[in-house]
Amino acid sequence: MTTTTVSPRALRRARRRQSFARSWASYRSQRTGVIGLVLLGAIVILALAAPILIDESALSVTRATGGRMAPPSAEYPLGTDETGRSILALTLWGSRLSLVIGLTATVVAIVIGTAVGVTSGHIGGWYGWIALRLSDWFMVLPSLVVAIALLAVLGRSMATTITVIALVSWPGTTRLVRAQTLTVQSRPYLERAKALGAGHWHQMTKHILPNVLPLVLASATLLVPSAILMESSLAWLGLGDPSVVSWGSILNRASENGAVSAHAWWYLLPPGLAILVVVLAFMMCGRALEAVFNPRLRGES
Amino acid sequence: MTLLEFKDLHVTYRGSRGRLPAVRGVDLRVDAGETLGIAGESGCGKSTLAMAVLRLLPKSAEVSGEILLDGEDLLKMGWGRLRAVRWTGASIVFQGAMHSLNAVQRIGRQIAEPILVHEAKTTPAAAAKRAEALLERVGLPPSRARSFPHELSGGQRQRVMIAMALACDPDLIIADEATTALDVMVQAQVLRLISDLVTERGVGLVMISHDLSVLSAVCDRAAVMYAGRIVEEGPAHEVFAHARHPYSAALGAAFPVIGDPAARMNPGGLAGDPPDPARLPQGCSFRPRCAVAVERCGAESPELLEVGSARVSACFVAQEGMPVVL
Amino acid sequence: MSSEEKTLTARGLRVEFGLPGGRVARAVDGVDLDVAPGEIVALAGESGCGKTTLARTLLGLERATGGTVAFDGVPLRYSTRALKAYRRQVQLVLQDPTGALNPRHTVYDAVAEGLRIHGISEDEPGRVAEALSRAGLRPPEQFFLAYPHELSGGQRQRVVIAGALVLRPSLLVADEPVASLDASVRGEILSLLLRLKEEQGLGALVITHDLGLAWSIADRIAIMYLGRIVEQGPVEQVLTAPRHPYTRALVSVLPRFSEAQSPVAEPIVLAGELPDASKIPGGCRFRPRCQEVASGNAAAVLHQCTGEDLKILGPEAEPHLVACHLDRSLHGDARMAV
Repeated sequence: MTTTTVSPRALRRARRRQSFARSWASYRSQRTGVIGLVLLGAIVILALAAPILIDESALSVTRATGGRMAPPSAEYPLGTDETGRSILALTLWGSRLSLVIGLTATVVAIVIGTAVGVTSGHIGGWYGWIALRLSDWFMVLPSLVVAIALLAVLGRSMATTITVIALVSWPGTTRLVRAQTLTVQSRPYLERAKALGAGHWHQMTKHILPNVLPLVLASATLLVPSAILMESSLAWLGLGDPSVVSWGSILNRASENGAVSAHAWWYLLPPGLAILVVVLAFMMCGRALEAVFNPRLRGES
Repeated sequence: MTLLEFKDLHVTYRGSRGRLPAVRGVDLRVDAGETLGIAGESGCGKSTLAMAVLRLLPKSAEVSGEILLDGEDLLKMGWGRLRAVRWTGASIVFQGAMHSLNAVQRIGRQIAEPILVHEAKTTPAAAAKRAEALLERVGLPPSRARSFPHELSGGQRQRVMIAMALACDPDLIIADEATTALDVMVQAQVLRLISDLVTERGVGLVMISHDLSVLSAVCDRAAVMYAGRIVEEGPAHEVFAHARHPYSAALGAAFPVIGDPAARMNPGGLAGDPPDPARLPQGCSFRPRCAVAVERCGAESPELLEVGSARVSACFVAQEGMPVVL
Repeated sequence: MSSEEKTLTARGLRVEFGLPGGRVARAVDGVDLDVAPGEIVALAGESGCGKTTLARTLLGLERATGGTVAFDGVPLRYSTRALKAYRRQVQLVLQDPTGALNPRHTVYDAVAEGLRIHGISEDEPGRVAEALSRAGLRPPEQFFLAYPHELSGGQRQRVVIAGALVLRPSLLVADEPVASLDASVRGEILSLLLRLKEEQGLGALVITHDLGLAWSIADRIAIMYLGRIVEQGPVEQVLTAPRHPYTRALVSVLPRFSEAQSPVAEPIVLAGELPDASKIPGGCRFRPRCQEVASGNAAAVLHQCTGEDLKILGPEAEPHLVACHLDRSLHGDARMAV
């Protein structure tokens, strides 16, 4: 009988530890999720370690030492591009930008999407109606056309790319979050909270958000690869920031410089495979997370 | 004539927590035209018993013992024979009528379906006619055959379920909490309908409920189950009004009789929860919640023994002839 | 009774909902009701009779379209601040304890929620522990870290009750508090409500479709039919000597030990079901299903039954009140004590 002195904060921490351990155990039991996580970890480490592994000077066109579109050799394991730079160096450094853009755009989209989704689902009324129509409108806009139009107006830069991707990605999250909010909304515990005197803020932050967040997290991991793909598409179309190297921009230069007709597979394959692997890794993690947080997908019980 | 007989039935579920015994040696008999009530709380094994009759248990269930329907062991039947027995031999009315009915099919077709499946010679038109007649029999206008389940009220859906159970003229009907979700008046209507059908058609009825008072109103005999075993059996009204097992007494007191001064401002109730099937207590499984337990209850598990005319109880206290309520 | 302090009162309460097609459902159609601390009032009726809407309106979760709800003599106002203050006094206990608890919150958080909403931070663990033990979960500390799914149904309902008690309300509104619980657990939860009333003077309005529950714990009972209270009075009188044909029918179909013991000899099974709240019959709303009308017993007052709406029953606790033309013609004014 000593526990009356236990502080609520310690209790909450113990509770969080418990539920985290439970989720982790459930995640670990899924092989694809573990493989995805390992892949993702490796990619992130490589991206972070890029400056240590290969000096940034390798990206400089003027200081390039290799031959023009030379096939793989001992010195350039993945060959060189049309200016004689190492494809390996480009791909490694490109991962940094692709990941940064993918993650940032996702975070922005998720924050907007969740905020709009929770408020529109919870408050409803005319506000909910307008928010829903607005997200519908953004959803049906052809994303590449919007992207091209916006980039034409705002100019090509990393910030614009992120804005564009976030702008076309948030409605999906809004839809998901709104649907989940409406489900949670009809649960008796919200009625109980209301009867206890809870206001909108309390209901949204204490009941709806915690029940929505796991799904949001899972959907975010699925949103990152699509953001990376979109960044690559934009860069490949020549709409990316021209001053930086990303996987998309490597592919863009490759196709512009006739790598296809020159059969320079080493120019196309590494960035392409890199995109594939990252997308796959995120997808695997996302699916596993979804299964952890949405027990209905786990098959039985 | 014995219609249905359980002989030393055991059902064990294999799960992540090991083997969980749900039914632990049940012997029961239902005669043709007789109504038997089985009472108990959720998890006591009463629904498992019902599902076992039609072999509807999940794959993780191990069944041993015998279930004889008209002398034929259901557990040894081949699938073809079993298919014929389902509906024509015995049929079940489940609790949640909304979930048991197909939401996108008209009521009439759903009732006609088993008729068409089990009686090869019936034409669809004749089956539809029969469906309408059945609806009329359960007190619904035949025009309801064209309705969808969501267009009916809870009581009407339960009637449809009964009509479906009657479709193939079974000898035995098992009603698993068939009236639990209904309002008092609608429940009274449905119970009256069931009673009438039993008398009229001479079918055997096994009615499963957690409400002993409902069973006492409809059934001839009642068996009370606790932790996978029958703990008391006898004439339904006697079991309800003068229980000879402390658990039956508590179950009966949960739904008090209005006008009974003993129940006024005294909701009774039973402390504690039913035992975890993975960790059954030593001796009598009811002992931890029992108010009248004696020393012997902790050591030995009581057998079901005679405690009066046509009454058996698995309670040492009752077997000694002592009162089971304080 | 109504002069007493901290009484929850409803006067002429009406709640209407607009339905598609311009129809209006009159879920609550004129109700007078008092609930005082230290008494348990049962509100009984079939599903669809408006009893849950009435409860939600009394809690301020639904707005009345007519009439008033007042607590301690002060009419309920719907500003956020006024509602918040009101909710410290009148608390809700829901039917399904599994749904009423957020699966991601521990017992501690579920019970402490009320305190946090009202900004009471002083000795939070102590208050939570006290509420849990008042609700019969002892020792309370043992339950702090448990999640709802780790508890039994009865324990969950105790947690819900503890969550209501933590604000030290003077009244509870319990909507079918035991309907989803196992038979043997029902009694325990009802005993808890009874004990809270006897030891701490907590009043309760218990919404139920089960008259046996009223017999077990309630002091007073109100029978509701299609948005109106048709009979009310002390439980002993209403249930052992029911006067409204509807109440008589309800009582008659309940199980009994022997025929002689029931106040209504023959079971009266009413045909049909409760009509839609958007199609309330004119005159006496029970007339289309009334067994007295069907049998011709009410022939003398039939013109009233078909044409004259009945007066709303008063909230007075003592006399046994009945809203029936036939009963009036037999017993004089309905307000007369039996």
